[in-house]
Amino acid sequence: MTKYIDQGKQDTRSGFGAGMTELGRTNPNVVALCADLVGSLKIQTFIDENPERFFQIGIAEANMMGIAAGLTIGGKIPFTGTFANFSTGRVYDQIRQSIAYSDKNVKICASHAGITLGEDGATHQILEDIGLMKMLPGMTVINPCDFNQTKAATLAIAEHHGPVYLRFGRPKVANFTPADQKFEIGKALMLNEGTDVTIIATGHLVWQSLIAAENLENQGISAEVINIHTIKPLDNEAILASVKKTGCVVTAEEHNYLGGLGESVSRVLATHHPTPQEFVATQDTFGESGTPDQLMDKYGLNNKAIEAAVLKVMKRK
Amino acid sequence: MPSTQELQDLVIQVRRDILRMVHKVNSGHPGGSLGCTEFFVALYNEIMELKDGFNMDGNGEDLFFLSNGHISPVFYSVLARRGYFPIDELNTFRLIDSRLQGHPTTHEGLPGVRIASGSLGQGMSVAIGAALAKKINGDNHLIYSLHGDGELQEGQNWEAIMYAAGNKVDNYIATIDLNGQQIDGSTDDVLPLGDVAEKFRVFGWDVLEIENGNDLEQVIAGLKEAKSRTGKGKPVCIVMTTMMGNGVDFMMHTHAWHGKAPSDEQLETALAQNPETLGDY
Repeated sequence: MTKYIDQGKQDTRSGFGAGMTELGRTNPNVVALCADLVGSLKIQTFIDENPERFFQIGIAEANMMGIAAGLTIGGKIPFTGTFANFSTGRVYDQIRQSIAYSDKNVKICASHAGITLGEDGATHQILEDIGLMKMLPGMTVINPCDFNQTKAATLAIAEHHGPVYLRFGRPKVANFTPADQKFEIGKALMLNEGTDVTIIATGHLVWQSLIAAENLENQGISAEVINIHTIKPLDNEAILASVKKTGCVVTAEEHNYLGGLGESVSRVLATHHPTPQEFVATQDTFGESGTPDQLMDKYGLNNKAIEAAVLKVMKRK
Repeated sequence: MPSTQELQDLVIQVRRDILRMVHKVNSGHPGGSLGCTEFFVALYNEIMELKDGFNMDGNGEDLFFLSNGHISPVFYSVLARRGYFPIDELNTFRLIDSRLQGHPTTHEGLPGVRIASGSLGQGMSVAIGAALAKKINGDNHLIYSLHGDGELQEGQNWEAIMYAAGNKVDNYIATIDLNGQQIDGSTDDVLPLGDVAEKFRVFGWDVLEIENGNDLEQVIAGLKEAKSRTGKGKPVCIVMTTMMGNGVDFMMHTHAWHGKAPSDEQLETALAQNPETLGDY
């Protein structure tokens, strides 16, 4: 199996911050907005270096989305920053009308996505955001897996014209993708070739999938691992090519099984190549307080859960 | 600059356009459209510095944002008659495959429209964003916006009002159409707005009032005064009192024509009160 080395645990939000620092130096049209969460979003360097291109909006996310839409008129590329919950559910209609329907070039950058937000609990954890955002016509939805990939995604979305939802997290996790890997929106990454089962993962679950694949290899099971950083547009070809080979699939995501990556994959399979599938995802529930590791364990979002799902789906072939 | 008579003629013609548009498809919002006709005519033909043609970025010209998108008939008529798109296209209002959607949108590529509006309370934030972009770009042109009074019941407005004052967005003039009516009745009955002008003042805006927003000369004078107050550290608000349904006697003094089209007979009566000036589409 292909070996991946953890270059040292880092939070994906810091990858976003590093991307913003670089954009501040390279792209004069990039502007940043934040709703009173600068420290959480890791954009202080961007602010220090480009104070005239930063807008502190205050605790007023609806206003932030509207101001971002307006800033595009005049050629700016606004990046909004707040927690995933306040980036989506709280401001859905503002995003829908002023950004998506109006085709505004706004990058909605959402930190603290999913259950790994941890101790603050369910009011701040959102497990529905991928579904909300992928349903908006024209919206691109990206959920990178580690620091390097989040930084690369941040740079890539500045070059893409159109609204984007970029989702990342709070905890420090393995950083294993190459620092110089170019980020291609909508292009799945093959992390490990296998023949018995396809594991399609996004975000924090990608690293967990690699651990699971290694454990499965020890049991004589060859697992193909695909990193789907872009949930919309989905790389249908990569998914179909893999499942035609393996005949079964496990999807893994830090999100509700309703509305997430798994459902997007199911639609592709049902339309083109019906295939047994198991879902590693939260089961239509809210989160709760706890450490990220405790929560991932309790809600079945780790390598053990992926392994169990693989064994189950292989029996359904 | 057009003469006052030319602008008055345009006001009458725009009223006819509004009435005929909503009558044809038996839907749309004539009341607020008629109430704001003088404002739109003045803004687009006397006040704003506009470039020829349409460019979404709008650099080097004044920009307008309509927040209360349901008064699209007056917006479309004035845009068409200002040359943004063929006047004949008013014929397609609210029809399938039209660029003139029920509420304004950029989605169909209609020149003159820079943001979708209809879901209320969002336009001020967008206008502020556009004003900030002008400042970054070193473009000294102005941003204008229009909002219904009932629309101020949406909380996002107050986020925006607080932001604009706190951040000295002084290249921006927001006008509130104070007609005192909304769908379910008078604003006093539905949810009282209190003293709108005073509310903006205490939030830190420079506020002026247009007592009769259906008097073209008052509207022009008020807008010019507002313009002179820009660039002084405060956003500018015009509280403009208008009569919903203005120019059609049976549509005035009531909220009944907020979102209702006239019958054939009613259209005839209404048009007779506004004889053709510049030619119907």
